[in-house]
Amino acid sequence: MSLLRVERVTKRFRGLVAVDAVSLEVEKGAIFAVIGPNGAGKTTLFNLIAGVYPCDDGAVYFDGARIDGMAPEAVCALGLARTFQIVRPFPGLTVHENVAIGAMLRQPKPQAAFAEAEEVLRKLDLWDRRAQTAASLTLPDRKRLEVARALATRPGLLLLDEVMAGLRPTETDRMVEILRMINREEGVTIVLIEHVMRAVMALAEQVHVLNHGASIAEGSPREVTRHPQVIASYLGAEALG
Amino acid sequence: MRREHFLLGLLAAVLLALPLALDRYQTSVLVLVFLAAYMGQAWNVMMGFAGLLSLGHALYLGLGAYVSAALFVHFGLSPLLGLFVAVLICVGVAMAIGALSFQFRIEGVYFALLTIAFAEVARIGFDHLKWTGGAGGFFLSVAGSQGQWWNLRGGPLFFYYVSLAMAAAAFALCVALRRSKLGYQWLAVREDAEAARAVGIDVTRARMSAVVVSAAMSALGGVAHVFYYNNVFSAQIFDMSRSIDIMLAPIIGGIGTLFGPILGAFILIPLGEALIHATQALGINAPGAKAVFFGLALMIIIFLAPSGIWPSLRKRLGIGEGKP
Ligand SMILES: Nc1ncnc2c1ncn2[C@@H]1O[C@H](COP(=O)(O)OP(=O)(O)OP(=O)(O)O)[C@@H](O)[C@H]1O
Ligand SMILES: [Mg+2]
Repeated sequence: MSLLRVERVTKRFRGLVAVDAVSLEVEKGAIFAVIGPNGAGKTTLFNLIAGVYPCDDGAVYFDGARIDGMAPEAVCALGLARTFQIVRPFPGLTVHENVAIGAMLRQPKPQAAFAEAEEVLRKLDLWDRRAQTAASLTLPDRKRLEVARALATRPGLLLLDEVMAGLRPTETDRMVEILRMINREEGVTIVLIEHVMRAVMALAEQVHVLNHGASIAEGSPREVTRHPQVIASYLGAEALG
Repeated sequence: MRREHFLLGLLAAVLLALPLALDRYQTSVLVLVFLAAYMGQAWNVMMGFAGLLSLGHALYLGLGAYVSAALFVHFGLSPLLGLFVAVLICVGVAMAIGALSFQFRIEGVYFALLTIAFAEVARIGFDHLKWTGGAGGFFLSVAGSQGQWWNLRGGPLFFYYVSLAMAAAAFALCVALRRSKLGYQWLAVREDAEAARAVGIDVTRARMSAVVVSAAMSALGGVAHVFYYNNVFSAQIFDMSRSIDIMLAPIIGGIGTLFGPILGAFILIPLGEALIHATQALGINAPGAKAVFFGLALMIIIFLAPSGIWPSLRKRLGIGEGKP
């Protein structure tokens, strides 16, 4: 059984159809990528899955239960965590506090939550920054903090919205390594939105392509990068070379 | 023993013994300090911890005062019992305001305006409520009940210890809350409600609990207030300026800090008293002279320490706050 099933979900903003009858299925344990040009509706799709907006049409199932229409906090409590493309740390709090607050979802004792947060911070190479306020972090570190905080809620499924944007190639490789470890060792299923194709190629088993809100292709990374419509609308001519 | 525990113990010892060295007037000034520290901490739970700006906190102060006073005057009910009714009523009103604003997503400035509106409604309502004296004020008789501590009857020395105990208890409560899961949820909601939702925090529930805790604390402040002054006037107790007075100590001391409201009260109240004496001594009788100087002093303090005095002082003393 698939862990996440999205069935013909649609979201309109006034006239604009941001997500247009998109369906996809993510198997438990998979790493699944969603790609597409700017404004394709990727983030909106995440917001629909995470309960930020109600769907205008369609349904979302997580672990067999229908979750569309549920509040974001309820979706997270079920084990579906997300990061924000435009990072949203708790700016005035320390890095350690940010992540501990995530851990408190499953671990109500603050002291134990801080201990759990330590593990997560070490995993994401943020332990040295623990006493800094989130506001004082550089963008790459804030991206890592997004992942750490979401991961601290012990999700079964992690939605990652462009966590590699703005990272240098070495940092991207490190993040790929970390995500692979989270996926393999902790069994966290990952759905990621990513423009960095080298990360997508390295990580994803399955890739779903959106354009103008609609699905235009799905398959293995090799398959979709050869898909003529994907090349035309997203990857552009240079990808042909 | 950690440094902050030592300093806190020292402060407690000094304050417990201090009345021996004070005259009646000085004692009464410290009562005002402790009451301001207490109310400041109550307000700080909402604004400092949960990020909810209340500009109408006089509402709970006034309700607590009127309810406990009316129960005492009309039914002879001891304020030690009446305070439970006062707390219940304030919590009920707070939950109604909370439900209204969270239901209709009234946030930020609009939430603050709503709190003012409710305080104003109470002011006008109690102006017309004959049962509690209307606009002429409501008075507790002083005669015949001297020394009845169970009826909160006593002079400045008695209220020195009552208000000191209240401020200390509020501090202990705030420390415990700040280190609890709920406390961290408040901070998360204050920092970014959307992000808080994304880590599984029920934002409405967190905000509601902050409103309830703050209102319950403020109700007790109202009880102490009316039994200390032996009178209450709706035009004063519910006034906007009262709500501002409540906020000043935590703003000066440091919003969201644990010790800030207390430090702020220790600075503001004596400053206000000193200004009264100074303007009298200098023969400046122009109306509002005190307010002008007070405002200037506040501007200087806020200019020098924009996030409050306690955060910078704390670093000098090497004291940590927060962290379990
Ligand atoms: N809250 C909103 N209100 C109105 N329009 C919106 C809203 N959110 C997104 N849109 C619009 O919906 C479309 C899809 O936006 P979305 O953010 O989902 O794209 P995206 O694929 O994530 O793009 P990017 O790669 O730039 O992040 C865009 O045209 C955007 O302007
Ligand atoms: Mg996006």
